[in-house]
Amino acid sequence: MDAVTIFIQAMNGIQYGLLLFLVASGLTLIFGIMGVINIAHGSFYMIGAYLAWSFMGWIGNFWLGLFVGVVVAFVLGLVLEFLFIRFLYDKDHLQQVLVTYGLILIFSELRSVIWGDDVHSVAIPALLDGSIQLTENLAYPVYRIWLSSVCIVIAILMFLGIQHTRLGMMIRAGESDREMTKALGINIGLVYRFIFALGVSLAAFSGMISAPISSVFPGMGGQVLIVSFVVVVIGGLGSIKGAMVAALLVGLIDTFGKVTTLHIFGVNIFPEMAGMSIFALMALILMFRPQGIFGREH
Amino acid sequence: MSNALMTVKDLHSHYGMSHVLRGVSLEINSGETIALMGRNGMGKTTLIKCLLGLVPATSGDIIFREQDAKLLSTHLLAKAGIAYVPEGRGIFKNLSVKENLFLAARSGFEGRMDWTYDRVLDSFPRLKERLTHGGQQLSGGEQQMLSIGRALLTNPDLLILDEATEGLAPLIAQDIWNIIDVIKASGISTLIVDKNFKSLSKISNRCVVMVKGEIVFNDISSQLIARPEALKNWLGV
Repeated sequence: MDAVTIFIQAMNGIQYGLLLFLVASGLTLIFGIMGVINIAHGSFYMIGAYLAWSFMGWIGNFWLGLFVGVVVAFVLGLVLEFLFIRFLYDKDHLQQVLVTYGLILIFSELRSVIWGDDVHSVAIPALLDGSIQLTENLAYPVYRIWLSSVCIVIAILMFLGIQHTRLGMMIRAGESDREMTKALGINIGLVYRFIFALGVSLAAFSGMISAPISSVFPGMGGQVLIVSFVVVVIGGLGSIKGAMVAALLVGLIDTFGKVTTLHIFGVNIFPEMAGMSIFALMALILMFRPQGIFGREH
Repeated sequence: MSNALMTVKDLHSHYGMSHVLRGVSLEINSGETIALMGRNGMGKTTLIKCLLGLVPATSGDIIFREQDAKLLSTHLLAKAGIAYVPEGRGIFKNLSVKENLFLAARSGFEGRMDWTYDRVLDSFPRLKERLTHGGQQLSGGEQQMLSIGRALLTNPDLLILDEATEGLAPLIAQDIWNIIDVIKASGISTLIVDKNFKSLSKISNRCVVMVKGEIVFNDISSQLIARPEALKNWLGV
Protein backbone atom coordinates (compact mmCIF):
# COMPACT_ATOMS: atom_id res chain seq x y z
CA MET A 1 0.00 0.00 0.00
CA ASP A 2 1.27 3.44 -0.81
CA ALA A 3 0.93 6.44 1.46
CA VAL A 4 -2.14 7.83 -0.27
CA THR A 5 -4.02 4.55 0.01
CA ILE A 6 -3.13 4.29 3.68
CA PHE A 7 -4.33 7.86 4.17
CA ILE A 8 -7.61 7.17 2.40
CA GLN A 9 -8.20 3.98 4.33
CA ALA A 10 -7.36 5.73 7.60
CA MET A 11 -9.92 8.42 6.75
CA ASN A 12 -12.48 5.72 5.96
CA GLY A 13 -11.68 3.89 9.17
CA ILE A 14 -12.03 7.03 11.25
CA GLN A 15 -15.26 7.93 9.51
CA TYR A 16 -16.68 4.45 10.12
CA GLY A 17 -15.49 4.63 13.73
CA LEU A 18 -17.15 8.01 14.30
CA LEU A 19 -20.40 6.71 12.89
CA LEU A 20 -20.17 3.70 15.19
CA PHE A 21 -19.59 6.08 18.07
CA LEU A 22 -22.91 7.80 17.45
CA VAL A 23 -24.73 4.47 17.64
CA ALA A 24 -22.66 3.05 20.49
CA SER A 25 -22.80 6.22 22.61
CA GLY A 26 -26.58 5.89 22.86
CA LEU A 27 -26.23 2.24 23.76
CA THR A 28 -23.63 2.87 26.43
CA LEU A 29 -25.52 5.87 27.90
CA ILE A 30 -28.73 3.89 28.18
CA PHE A 31 -26.88 1.03 29.80
CA GLY A 32 -24.60 3.10 32.00
CA ILE A 33 -27.27 5.46 33.31
CA MET A 34 -30.47 3.46 33.25
CA GLY A 35 -28.96 -0.01 33.50
CA VAL A 36 -30.97 -1.18 30.50
CA ILE A 37 -29.53 -3.47 27.84
CA ASN A 38 -31.32 -2.32 24.75
CA ILE A 39 -30.76 -4.75 21.91
CA ALA A 40 -33.37 -2.91 19.82
CA HIS A 41 -30.86 -0.09 19.43
CA GLY A 42 -29.77 -1.34 15.99
CA SER A 43 -33.39 -1.14 14.83
CA PHE A 44 -33.30 2.62 15.31
CA TYR A 45 -30.30 2.83 13.00
CA MET A 46 -32.23 0.81 10.43
CA ILE A 47 -35.37 2.92 10.93
CA GLY A 48 -33.25 6.05 10.48
CA ALA A 49 -31.92 4.83 7.15
CA TYR A 50 -35.42 3.96 5.91
CA LEU A 51 -36.77 7.28 7.14
CA ALA A 52 -34.01 9.03 5.21
CA TRP A 53 -34.89 7.07 2.09
CA SER A 54 -38.63 7.89 2.45
CA PHE A 55 -38.20 11.53 3.33
CA MET A 56 -35.73 12.17 0.52
CA GLY A 57 -38.34 10.65 -1.79
CA TRP A 58 -41.29 12.61 -0.40
CA ILE A 59 -39.67 15.88 0.48
CA GLY A 60 -36.91 15.68 -2.08
CA ASN A 61 -34.59 17.59 0.21
CA PHE A 62 -31.86 15.81 2.16
CA TRP A 63 -31.56 18.46 4.86
CA LEU A 64 -35.25 18.82 5.54
CA GLY A 65 -35.54 15.01 5.51
CA LEU A 66 -32.73 14.80 8.05
CA PHE A 67 -34.41 17.30 10.33
CA VAL A 68 -37.85 15.71 10.14
CA GLY A 69 -36.31 12.26 10.60
CA VAL A 70 -34.52 13.26 13.80
CA VAL A 71 -37.70 14.80 15.21
CA VAL A 72 -39.68 11.67 14.36
CA ALA A 73 -37.00 9.47 15.97
CA PHE A 74 -36.96 11.60 19.14
CA VAL A 75 -40.74 11.37 19.50
CA LEU A 76 -40.56 7.62 18.84
CA GLY A 77 -37.97 7.38 21.62
CA LEU A 78 -40.19 9.26 24.07
CA VAL A 79 -43.16 7.04 23.25
CA LEU A 80 -41.18 3.79 23.50
CA GLU A 81 -39.69 4.81 26.83
CA PHE A 82 -43.16 5.57 28.15
CA LEU A 83 -44.73 2.36 26.82
CA PHE A 84 -41.96 -0.18 27.46
CA ILE A 85 -38.55 0.90 28.64
CA ARG A 86 -39.52 2.59 31.91
CA PHE A 87 -40.84 -0.72 33.20
CA LEU A 88 -37.41 -2.29 32.69
CA TYR A 89 -35.30 -0.11 35.01
CA ASP A 90 -35.62 -2.36 38.04
CA LYS A 91 -35.87 -5.61 36.10
CA ASP A 92 -32.99 -8.01 35.44
CA HIS A 93 -31.07 -8.13 32.18
CA LEU A 94 -32.90 -11.20 30.87
CA GLN A 95 -36.23 -9.40 30.96
CA GLN A 96 -34.67 -6.34 29.33
CA VAL A 97 -33.26 -8.45 26.52
CA LEU A 98 -36.58 -10.24 26.01
CA VAL A 99 -38.60 -7.03 25.80
CA THR A 100 -36.15 -5.25 23.53
CA TYR A 101 -35.84 -8.38 21.37
CA GLY A 102 -39.61 -8.22 21.05
CA LEU A 103 -39.19 -4.66 19.82
CA ILE A 104 -36.70 -5.84 17.18
CA LEU A 105 -39.28 -8.29 15.83
CA ILE A 106 -42.00 -5.64 15.83
CA PHE A 107 -39.82 -3.10 14.04
CA SER A 108 -38.65 -5.67 11.54
CA GLU A 109 -42.23 -6.62 10.65
CA LEU A 110 -43.33 -3.00 10.51
CA ARG A 111 -40.41 -2.18 8.25
CA SER A 112 -41.41 -5.04 5.97
CA VAL A 113 -45.04 -3.85 5.88
CA ILE A 114 -44.25 -0.16 5.38
CA TRP A 115 -41.12 -0.22 3.24
CA GLY A 116 -40.92 -3.76 1.86
CA ASP A 117 -37.83 -5.97 1.80
CA ASP A 118 -35.94 -4.37 -1.08
CA VAL A 119 -32.54 -2.81 -1.00
CA HIS A 120 -32.55 0.91 -1.65
CA SER A 121 -30.03 3.65 -2.15
CA VAL A 122 -30.10 7.29 -1.18
CA ALA A 123 -28.46 9.93 -3.32
CA ILE A 124 -25.71 12.10 -1.86
CA PRO A 125 -27.10 15.64 -1.50
CA ALA A 126 -25.99 17.90 -4.32
CA LEU A 127 -24.20 20.29 -1.99
CA LEU A 128 -21.77 17.57 -0.85
CA ASP A 129 -21.64 15.56 -4.04
CA GLY A 130 -18.06 16.18 -4.96
CA SER A 131 -14.63 14.90 -4.17
CA ILE A 132 -11.25 16.24 -3.34
CA GLN A 133 -8.49 15.21 -5.70
CA LEU A 134 -5.59 13.70 -3.75
CA THR A 135 -3.40 12.41 -6.56
CA GLU A 136 -3.91 12.08 -10.28
CA ASN A 137 -6.16 9.07 -9.98
CA LEU A 138 -7.26 9.10 -6.33
CA ALA A 139 -9.94 11.31 -4.84
CA TYR A 140 -11.75 11.51 -1.50
CA PRO A 141 -15.50 12.18 -1.37
CA VAL A 142 -16.59 15.43 0.30
CA TYR A 143 -19.64 13.69 1.78
CA ARG A 144 -17.44 11.43 3.93
CA ILE A 145 -15.48 14.41 5.21
CA TRP A 146 -18.74 16.16 6.08
CA LEU A 147 -20.00 13.00 7.82
CA SER A 148 -16.88 12.75 9.96
CA SER A 149 -17.05 16.44 10.86
CA VAL A 150 -20.69 16.16 11.92
CA CYS A 151 -19.88 13.18 14.13
CA ILE A 152 -17.00 15.05 15.73
CA VAL A 153 -19.20 18.08 16.43
CA ILE A 154 -21.87 15.88 18.01
CA ALA A 155 -19.27 14.06 20.10
CA ILE A 156 -17.87 17.37 21.39
CA LEU A 157 -21.37 18.63 22.18
CA MET A 158 -22.06 15.43 24.08
CA PHE A 159 -18.90 15.70 26.17
CA LEU A 160 -19.58 19.37 26.92
CA GLY A 161 -23.21 18.68 27.67
CA ILE A 162 -22.42 15.94 30.15
CA GLN A 163 -19.60 17.84 31.85
CA HIS A 164 -20.95 21.38 31.90
CA THR A 165 -24.72 21.56 31.81
CA ARG A 166 -27.32 21.12 34.53
CA LEU A 167 -28.85 18.24 32.61
CA GLY A 168 -25.40 16.63 32.40
CA MET A 169 -25.06 17.00 36.17
CA MET A 170 -28.43 15.32 36.64
CA ILE A 171 -27.39 12.50 34.34
CA ARG A 172 -24.14 11.92 36.24
CA ALA A 173 -25.91 12.21 39.60
CA GLY A 174 -28.51 9.66 38.53
CA GLU A 175 -25.75 7.32 37.48
CA SER A 176 -24.08 7.66 40.87
CA ASP A 177 -27.10 7.43 43.20
CA ARG A 178 -30.61 7.22 41.81
CA GLU A 179 -32.42 7.44 45.17
CA MET A 180 -30.52 10.50 46.29
CA THR A 181 -31.13 12.24 42.96
CA LYS A 182 -34.87 11.82 43.47
CA ALA A 183 -34.59 12.93 47.09
CA LEU A 184 -33.10 16.23 45.87
CA GLY A 185 -36.26 16.94 43.91
CA ILE A 186 -35.08 15.82 40.48
CA ASN A 187 -37.60 14.01 38.31
CA ILE A 188 -35.23 11.25 37.28
CA GLY A 189 -37.94 9.52 35.25
CA LEU A 190 -38.09 12.53 32.96
CA VAL A 191 -34.30 12.64 32.66
CA TYR A 192 -34.29 8.96 31.68
CA ARG A 193 -37.01 9.51 29.09
CA PHE A 194 -34.98 12.31 27.54
CA ILE A 195 -31.78 10.24 27.48
CA PHE A 196 -33.54 7.31 25.88
CA ALA A 197 -35.07 9.53 23.20
CA LEU A 198 -31.67 11.12 22.65
CA GLY A 199 -30.08 7.69 22.18
CA VAL A 200 -32.79 6.73 19.68
CA SER A 201 -32.28 9.98 17.77
CA LEU A 202 -28.52 9.48 17.63
CA ALA A 203 -28.90 5.94 16.27
CA ALA A 204 -31.50 7.04 13.74
CA PHE A 205 -29.38 10.04 12.74
CA SER A 206 -26.41 7.72 12.13
CA GLY A 207 -28.60 5.52 9.97
CA MET A 208 -29.76 8.56 8.01
CA ILE A 209 -26.36 10.04 7.30
CA SER A 210 -24.86 6.67 6.47
CA ALA A 211 -27.65 5.89 3.99
CA PRO A 212 -25.98 7.75 1.06
CA ILE A 213 -22.68 5.84 1.44
CA SER A 214 -24.07 2.39 2.12
CA SER A 215 -27.28 0.86 0.93
CA VAL A 216 -30.54 0.76 2.87
CA PHE A 217 -31.45 -2.88 3.51
CA PRO A 218 -33.49 -4.96 5.99
CA GLY A 219 -30.63 -6.52 8.00
CA MET A 220 -28.62 -3.33 8.54
CA GLY A 221 -29.85 -2.91 12.13
CA GLY A 222 -28.58 -6.28 13.31
CA GLN A 223 -25.19 -5.72 11.74
CA VAL A 224 -24.60 -2.36 13.39
CA LEU A 225 -25.98 -3.61 16.72
CA ILE A 226 -23.37 -6.34 17.00
CA VAL A 227 -20.48 -4.04 16.11
CA SER A 228 -21.83 -1.39 18.51
CA PHE A 229 -21.94 -3.90 21.33
CA VAL A 230 -18.33 -4.81 20.57
CA VAL A 231 -17.51 -1.08 20.84
CA VAL A 232 -19.39 -0.69 24.13
CA VAL A 233 -17.75 -3.77 25.65
CA ILE A 234 -14.24 -2.76 24.55
CA GLY A 235 -14.71 0.82 25.73
CA GLY A 236 -16.25 -0.15 29.03
CA LEU A 237 -19.99 -0.28 29.75
CA GLY A 238 -21.37 3.17 30.42
CA SER A 239 -18.26 5.12 29.38
CA ILE A 240 -18.72 7.71 26.62
CA LYS A 241 -14.98 8.29 26.44
CA GLY A 242 -14.48 4.53 26.15
CA ALA A 243 -17.06 4.33 23.38
CA MET A 244 -15.15 6.99 21.42
CA VAL A 245 -11.77 5.28 21.75
CA ALA A 246 -13.18 1.82 21.06
CA ALA A 247 -15.26 3.01 18.09
CA LEU A 248 -12.18 4.51 16.42
CA LEU A 249 -10.15 1.37 17.14
CA VAL A 250 -12.85 -0.89 15.73
CA GLY A 251 -13.39 1.38 12.73
CA LEU A 252 -9.70 1.41 11.84
CA ILE A 253 -9.11 -2.29 12.42
CA ASP A 254 -12.18 -3.31 10.45
CA THR A 255 -11.30 -1.01 7.56
CA PHE A 256 -7.65 -1.99 7.34
CA GLY A 257 -8.58 -5.62 7.84
CA LYS A 258 -10.56 -5.45 4.63
CA VAL A 259 -7.75 -4.02 2.51
CA THR A 260 -4.76 -5.81 3.95
CA THR A 261 -3.30 -8.86 2.33
CA LEU A 262 -1.26 -11.16 4.47
CA HIS A 263 0.01 -14.47 3.22
CA ILE A 264 0.67 -17.24 5.69
CA PHE A 265 1.80 -20.54 4.18
CA GLY A 266 0.73 -19.23 0.82
CA VAL A 267 -2.82 -18.57 2.03
CA ASN A 268 -4.08 -15.03 2.07
CA ILE A 269 -5.68 -14.66 5.54
CA PHE A 270 -6.96 -11.14 4.86
CA PRO A 271 -9.48 -9.86 3.90
CA GLU A 272 -11.26 -13.18 4.49
CA MET A 273 -10.51 -12.95 8.19
CA ALA A 274 -11.28 -9.24 8.49
CA GLY A 275 -14.73 -9.90 9.84
CA MET A 276 -13.14 -11.69 12.75
CA SER A 277 -10.52 -9.10 13.56
CA ILE A 278 -12.70 -6.88 15.76
CA PHE A 279 -13.87 -9.87 17.79
CA ALA A 280 -10.25 -10.94 18.22
CA LEU A 281 -9.52 -7.40 19.45
CA MET A 282 -12.41 -7.61 21.89
CA ALA A 283 -11.22 -10.97 23.23
CA LEU A 284 -7.70 -9.65 23.59
CA ILE A 285 -8.78 -6.55 25.49
CA LEU A 286 -11.16 -8.46 27.72
CA MET A 287 -8.36 -10.84 28.65
CA PHE A 288 -6.38 -7.98 30.17
CA ARG A 289 -9.18 -5.61 31.14
CA PRO A 290 -12.44 -7.47 31.70
CA GLN A 291 -14.23 -4.19 32.46
CA GLY A 292 -13.15 -2.64 29.13
CA ILE A 293 -10.66 0.18 28.51
CA PHE A 294 -12.47 2.88 30.50
CA GLY A 295 -14.91 0.69 32.38
CA ARG A 296 -15.16 0.79 36.13
CA GLU A 297 -14.59 -2.38 38.09
CA HIS A 298 -17.72 -3.78 39.65
CA MET B 1 -52.69 20.23 66.40
CA SER B 2 -52.66 22.99 63.87
CA ASN B 3 -48.91 23.34 63.55
CA ALA B 4 -48.23 19.71 62.56
CA LEU B 5 -45.97 19.77 59.52
CA MET B 6 -46.19 16.04 59.01
CA THR B 7 -48.68 13.57 60.41
CA VAL B 8 -48.14 9.83 60.15
CA LYS B 9 -51.12 7.59 61.01
CA ASP B 10 -51.03 3.84 61.53
CA LEU B 11 -48.33 3.31 58.93
CA HIS B 12 -47.51 -0.25 57.87
CA SER B 13 -44.81 -1.38 55.49
CA HIS B 14 -43.63 -4.79 54.34
CA TYR B 15 -40.30 -5.78 52.94
CA GLY B 16 -40.98 -9.00 51.05
CA MET B 17 -42.54 -11.28 53.64
CA SER B 18 -41.42 -9.36 56.69
CA HIS B 19 -43.67 -6.80 58.33
CA VAL B 20 -41.21 -3.96 59.02
CA LEU B 21 -43.48 -1.12 60.14
CA ARG B 22 -46.37 -2.19 62.35
CA GLY B 23 -48.69 0.74 62.76
CA VAL B 24 -46.47 3.78 63.28
CA SER B 25 -48.16 7.04 64.22
CA LEU B 26 -46.15 10.21 64.62
CA GLU B 27 -46.50 13.96 64.40
CA ILE B 28 -43.73 16.31 63.46
CA ASN B 29 -44.44 19.93 64.29
CA SER B 30 -42.93 22.98 62.69
CA GLY B 31 -39.55 23.81 64.09
CA GLU B 32 -39.34 20.66 66.17
CA THR B 33 -36.21 18.51 66.50
CA ILE B 34 -37.06 14.87 66.95
CA ALA B 35 -34.66 12.08 67.85
CA LEU B 36 -35.57 8.78 66.28
CA MET B 37 -34.00 5.99 68.31
CA GLY B 38 -33.89 2.24 68.38
CA ARG B 39 -31.52 -0.64 67.89
CA ASN B 40 -30.50 -1.76 64.42
CA GLY B 41 -33.23 -3.41 62.38
CA MET B 42 -36.11 -1.90 64.33
CA GLY B 43 -37.47 -0.04 61.30
CA LYS B 44 -36.00 3.48 61.62
CA THR B 45 -34.55 3.65 58.13
CA THR B 46 -37.65 2.01 56.66
CA LEU B 47 -39.81 4.63 58.36
CA ILE B 48 -37.62 7.40 56.94
CA LYS B 49 -37.72 5.91 53.45
CA CYS B 50 -41.50 5.59 53.71
CA LEU B 51 -41.80 9.26 54.60
CA LEU B 52 -39.73 10.08 51.50
CA GLY B 53 -41.67 7.78 49.22
CA LEU B 54 -38.60 5.63 48.60
CA VAL B 55 -40.24 2.57 50.18
CA PRO B 56 -43.95 1.98 49.60
CA ALA B 57 -46.28 1.97 52.59
CA THR B 58 -48.67 -0.97 52.69
CA SER B 59 -51.34 0.95 54.57
CA GLY B 60 -51.79 4.02 56.74
CA ASP B 61 -51.50 7.73 56.02
CA ILE B 62 -48.73 10.24 55.66
CA ILE B 63 -49.87 13.84 55.52
CA PHE B 64 -47.28 16.49 54.72
CA ARG B 65 -48.51 20.07 54.88
CA GLU B 66 -52.13 18.97 54.38
CA GLN B 67 -51.23 16.93 51.29
CA ASP B 68 -51.48 13.17 51.01
CA ALA B 69 -47.79 12.35 50.80
CA LYS B 70 -48.46 8.77 49.75
CA LEU B 71 -49.71 10.08 46.42
CA LEU B 72 -46.55 12.08 45.76
CA SER B 73 -43.41 10.58 44.28
CA THR B 74 -40.05 11.20 45.95
CA HIS B 75 -38.99 14.15 43.80
CA LEU B 76 -42.29 15.92 44.46
CA LEU B 77 -41.97 15.35 48.21
CA ALA B 78 -38.49 16.82 48.00
CA LYS B 79 -39.89 19.82 46.17
CA ALA B 80 -42.64 20.12 48.77
CA GLY B 81 -39.94 20.67 51.39
CA ILE B 82 -38.47 17.42 52.71
CA ALA B 83 -34.69 17.07 52.54
CA TYR B 84 -32.75 13.90 53.17
CA VAL B 85 -29.25 13.15 54.45
CA PRO B 86 -29.06 9.39 54.05
CA GLU B 87 -27.07 6.79 55.90
CA GLY B 88 -23.80 6.59 53.97
CA ARG B 89 -24.17 10.31 53.00
CA GLY B 90 -25.36 9.77 49.41
CA ILE B 91 -22.69 12.00 47.84
CA PHE B 92 -22.52 11.94 44.05
CA LYS B 93 -19.00 10.64 43.71
CA ASN B 94 -18.63 11.59 40.05
CA LEU B 95 -19.66 15.21 40.71
CA SER B 96 -17.47 17.87 42.24
CA VAL B 97 -18.36 19.44 45.59
CA LYS B 98 -19.59 22.52 43.77
CA GLU B 99 -21.75 20.46 41.41
CA ASN B 100 -23.21 18.48 44.31
CA LEU B 101 -24.32 21.78 45.82
CA PHE B 102 -25.46 23.41 42.57
CA LEU B 103 -27.64 20.48 41.70
CA ALA B 104 -29.59 20.86 44.95
CA ALA B 105 -29.90 24.63 45.15
CA ARG B 106 -33.40 26.04 44.86
CA SER B 107 -35.88 28.15 46.76
CA GLY B 108 -38.10 26.49 49.31
CA PHE B 109 -41.78 26.71 50.23
CA GLU B 110 -43.28 30.04 49.14
CA GLY B 111 -39.96 31.12 47.69
CA ARG B 112 -37.98 31.06 50.92
CA MET B 113 -34.24 31.40 50.36
CA ASP B 114 -32.76 31.22 53.87
CA TRP B 115 -29.95 28.97 52.76
CA THR B 116 -27.89 30.18 49.83
CA TYR B 117 -24.73 28.79 48.30
CA ASP B 118 -22.66 31.41 50.13
CA ARG B 119 -24.29 30.79 53.49
CA VAL B 120 -23.70 27.04 53.20
CA LEU B 121 -20.04 27.62 52.37
CA ASP B 122 -19.73 30.02 55.30
CA SER B 123 -21.23 27.39 57.58
CA PHE B 124 -18.91 24.70 56.23
CA PRO B 125 -15.58 26.44 55.57
CA ARG B 126 -13.91 23.09 54.91
CA LEU B 127 -16.05 22.62 51.82
CA LYS B 128 -14.93 25.98 50.49
CA GLU B 129 -11.39 24.65 50.18
CA ARG B 130 -12.57 21.59 48.32
CA LEU B 131 -15.02 22.99 45.76
CA THR B 132 -13.42 21.46 42.73
CA HIS B 133 -12.67 18.12 44.36
CA GLY B 134 -14.67 15.07 43.34
CA GLY B 135 -17.09 13.62 45.86
CA GLN B 136 -14.96 10.53 46.31
CA GLN B 137 -11.93 12.56 47.39
CA LEU B 138 -13.61 13.82 50.56
CA SER B 139 -13.14 12.48 54.08
CA GLY B 140 -16.15 11.06 55.91
CA GLY B 141 -16.71 14.28 57.84
CA GLU B 142 -16.45 16.42 54.72
CA GLN B 143 -18.89 14.13 52.95
CA GLN B 144 -21.38 14.51 55.78
CA MET B 145 -20.97 18.30 55.72
CA LEU B 146 -21.55 18.26 51.97
CA SER B 147 -24.60 16.05 52.37
CA ILE B 148 -26.07 18.37 55.01
CA GLY B 149 -25.12 21.50 53.08
CA ARG B 150 -26.69 20.08 49.95
CA ALA B 151 -29.90 19.26 51.85
CA LEU B 152 -30.03 22.79 53.29
CA LEU B 153 -29.67 24.32 49.82
CA THR B 154 -33.08 22.88 48.92
CA ASN B 155 -34.43 25.22 51.65
CA PRO B 156 -36.47 22.48 53.30
CA ASP B 157 -39.05 22.61 56.09
CA LEU B 158 -38.23 19.12 57.25
CA LEU B 159 -34.70 17.73 57.29
CA ILE B 160 -34.26 14.01 57.83
CA LEU B 161 -30.80 12.85 58.92
CA ASP B 162 -30.15 9.13 59.03
CA GLU B 163 -27.05 8.19 61.08
CA ALA B 164 -25.93 11.79 61.43
CA THR B 165 -22.46 11.13 62.87
CA GLU B 166 -21.85 7.48 62.10
CA GLY B 167 -18.20 6.64 61.48
CA LEU B 168 -16.95 10.15 62.29
CA ALA B 169 -14.15 11.03 64.69
CA PRO B 170 -15.46 12.64 67.93
CA LEU B 171 -14.22 16.12 67.00
CA ILE B 172 -15.81 15.99 63.56
CA ALA B 173 -18.99 14.57 65.07
CA GLN B 174 -19.05 17.57 67.42
CA ASP B 175 -18.87 19.86 64.35
CA ILE B 176 -21.91 18.10 62.95
CA TRP B 177 -23.83 18.51 66.23
CA ASN B 178 -22.97 22.21 66.22
CA ILE B 179 -24.32 22.52 62.71
CA ILE B 180 -27.51 20.70 63.71
CA ASP B 181 -27.85 23.29 66.47
CA VAL B 182 -27.67 26.07 63.87
CA ILE B 183 -30.25 24.29 61.72
CA LYS B 184 -32.50 23.92 64.75
CA ALA B 185 -32.20 27.62 65.48
CA SER B 186 -33.12 28.44 61.89
CA GLY B 187 -36.56 26.90 62.43
CA ILE B 188 -36.27 23.82 60.22
CA SER B 189 -37.94 20.71 61.63
CA THR B 190 -35.51 17.83 61.89
CA LEU B 191 -35.81 14.10 62.37
CA ILE B 192 -32.47 12.66 63.43
CA VAL B 193 -31.24 9.10 63.77
CA ASP B 194 -27.95 8.57 65.57
CA LYS B 195 -26.21 6.10 67.85
CA ASN B 196 -24.90 8.77 70.22
CA PHE B 197 -27.71 8.83 72.76
CA LYS B 198 -26.23 11.62 74.86
CA SER B 199 -25.77 14.20 72.12
CA LEU B 200 -28.99 13.24 70.43
CA SER B 201 -31.18 13.47 73.53
CA LYS B 202 -29.58 16.78 74.42
CA ILE B 203 -30.27 18.43 71.09
CA SER B 204 -33.80 17.12 70.52
CA ASN B 205 -37.15 18.40 71.75
CA ARG B 206 -38.61 14.95 71.71
CA CYS B 207 -37.44 11.33 71.61
CA VAL B 208 -39.19 8.63 69.63
CA VAL B 209 -38.11 5.06 70.29
CA MET B 210 -38.86 2.22 67.91
CA VAL B 211 -38.89 -1.46 68.79
CA LYS B 212 -39.74 -4.06 66.15
CA GLY B 213 -41.54 -1.66 63.86
CA GLU B 214 -43.59 0.04 66.55
CA ILE B 215 -43.16 3.25 68.48
CA VAL B 216 -42.83 2.39 72.17
CA PHE B 217 -41.91 5.82 73.48
CA ASN B 218 -42.72 9.32 72.28
CA ASP B 219 -41.99 12.08 74.81
CA ILE B 220 -39.40 14.61 75.96
CA SER B 221 -35.93 13.18 76.55
CA SER B 222 -35.88 13.72 80.33
CA GLN B 223 -38.78 11.28 80.61
CA LEU B 224 -36.70 8.70 78.78
CA ILE B 225 -33.56 9.32 80.82
CA ALA B 226 -35.65 8.80 83.97
CA ARG B 227 -36.28 5.21 82.91
CA PRO B 228 -32.90 3.44 82.89
CA GLU B 229 -34.50 -0.01 82.62
CA ALA B 230 -36.38 0.91 79.47
CA LEU B 231 -33.29 2.61 78.05
CA LYS B 232 -31.31 -0.56 78.51
CA ASN B 233 -34.03 -2.73 76.96
CA TRP B 234 -34.82 -0.51 74.02
CA LEU B 235 -31.52 1.05 73.18
CA GLY B 236 -28.86 -0.86 75.07
CA VAL B 237 -27.49 2.25 76.78
